[in-house]
Amino acid sequence: MSPVDLSAAERADLNGENGPLRQFAMSLVLRAAEIWRAPYLIETGFAHIDACHFNGQAHLDFARMLARDGARFPIPVWTNTLPVSLLQNDGRAANDPNFVAGAREVAEIYRKLGCRPVWTCAPYQLPEGPGFGDQIVGSESNAVAYYNSVVGARTQKYGDFLDVCCALTGRVPFAGLHQDEGRRGQVEFDLTGLSEDVLRHEETCPLIGHIMGERAGSSIPVLRGLRGDTPSDGLKAMAAAAGASGGVAMFHAIGVTPEAPDAEAAYQGGTPEQVHRIIADDLTAAKSSLSTVTSGGLDMVALGTPHFSIHEFRRLAQAIEGQHIHSDLRFYVSTARFVADAARAEGLLDPIERAGIEVLTDTCTYFSPAVRACRGRVMTNSAKWAFYAPGMLPVKVCFAGLEDCVASAIRGEITLSNRI
Amino acid sequence: MQLLGKGKVLNPGKAQGALLVLDDALSFWGGFDPQTGRILDDHHPQKGASIRGRVLAMPQSKGSAGTPAGVAENIRNGAGPVAILLREADVNIAVGAMVAARLYDLRIPVLQVPDPLFAQLVTGRDIAVDPSGHISALDGDTGVIGL
Repeated sequence: MSPVDLSAAERADLNGENGPLRQFAMSLVLRAAEIWRAPYLIETGFAHIDACHFNGQAHLDFARMLARDGARFPIPVWTNTLPVSLLQNDGRAANDPNFVAGAREVAEIYRKLGCRPVWTCAPYQLPEGPGFGDQIVGSESNAVAYYNSVVGARTQKYGDFLDVCCALTGRVPFAGLHQDEGRRGQVEFDLTGLSEDVLRHEETCPLIGHIMGERAGSSIPVLRGLRGDTPSDGLKAMAAAAGASGGVAMFHAIGVTPEAPDAEAAYQGGTPEQVHRIIADDLTAAKSSLSTVTSGGLDMVALGTPHFSIHEFRRLAQAIEGQHIHSDLRFYVSTARFVADAARAEGLLDPIERAGIEVLTDTCTYFSPAVRACRGRVMTNSAKWAFYAPGMLPVKVCFAGLEDCVASAIRGEITLSNRI
Repeated sequence: MQLLGKGKVLNPGKAQGALLVLDDALSFWGGFDPQTGRILDDHHPQKGASIRGRVLAMPQSKGSAGTPAGVAENIRNGAGPVAILLREADVNIAVGAMVAARLYDLRIPVLQVPDPLFAQLVTGRDIAVDPSGHISALDGDTGVIGL
């Protein structure tokens, strides 16, 4: 194992001089540093943790250990989504009380330990987060890709428990995406063959993200030809799709993302290992591969993966205004409680809720009991949701943009405008 | 007992059991049934094989932020392997095993195994792993056990 040069303070943690919990946390950070061949550790000033999730006793036992051993976080720690909402009733409380109680206990422990209880997979949509050049701890795959690519903050993909241990010690291994050379673009995706109309289309960003993940795996893609005015919601959908289909933790878009003002900067003076020219047919093929159904009666719509932004609430309110969804289906939007509050303050939630749409906070539609119980057709504007659902949930899925989802929900039948 | 070689210790522990060598990475988060240990992933070439109680050898890990929790949970409930041998070192699997050792005092060895040694690993062969990373074949048990 390659040696890691520890400071006196880090060595003190490792030797147990600051208690058994800091010792254990430092031993995990050190093991990660050895495996990633980091020469030393660096300070970090922010963490967004996934260990607050609950899918088994180990999550709960780890959180209880933190509480028992008096865990103290020296840096701001924000929390990812939960499998249950803390603000809304959960249909599982009656038939699976241990699950709901376990998830709520884990959440309560992290809140009491001083974490900022944002419960969101899109923390970059909230104010006061990290900025360009900050060395941070990210875990949730879409947030890792968005922070690295769009914000220019620097993080590896930290899994459950290591995220918390980095936050406890305030240290991360100086490896991979924390280093300049780890952020060099590797594989080019040339979009210059796509028309202006296609590039402006809402479905294009998530579909490009899906293609990038499939073809680039975990290397760093560089997009050439993405429009400079591509909205943050598009980059969010792209980051989420690429993280799901391939494990992309960072991408550059020349002239759009902050570390790629030009190709020279994106490739750090080098050249791409491979170039993929993307044409409209690639997008059509990606769209079909993300749908297991494209017609017929609709049972559910699931939006907000990653969590809905205030701009998306504005678009949804406008699209649904004065209309009502079909009485045979359910329509869910998941978001962060802070974004929901902002949308309510702006008067956006009234028309949405009057139309029969339900807004879920703190969690993802993906975990909601109603979605898990659904056996029918679900529409989503999220390529990430569409990619994961068929293997994990007993539903048929149709991927389409927000306006098609809304129009289909009103008619009660999948209706695609086929603009891509 | 015949010493086959030595791996890098990612988490120390002692175990013995029949090898299950996977051709592809396995996800510890949805890739197999947490109760029976059977591989569920439709895309996995060894779908249906059970990892429970086996010495699991695989080229690398696959998965998400939830992987360490999946590893720790499977060590806790006994549905997982008794040892994990990886061709490529993996942080998520090491972390999951280290957390299980801390929470439950269950020490599942996790080793990174160099290529020539990994190539010698054959499904069904009974092997033993010690806390310093030595991997040995147990005498008389070299037959291939069905999946």
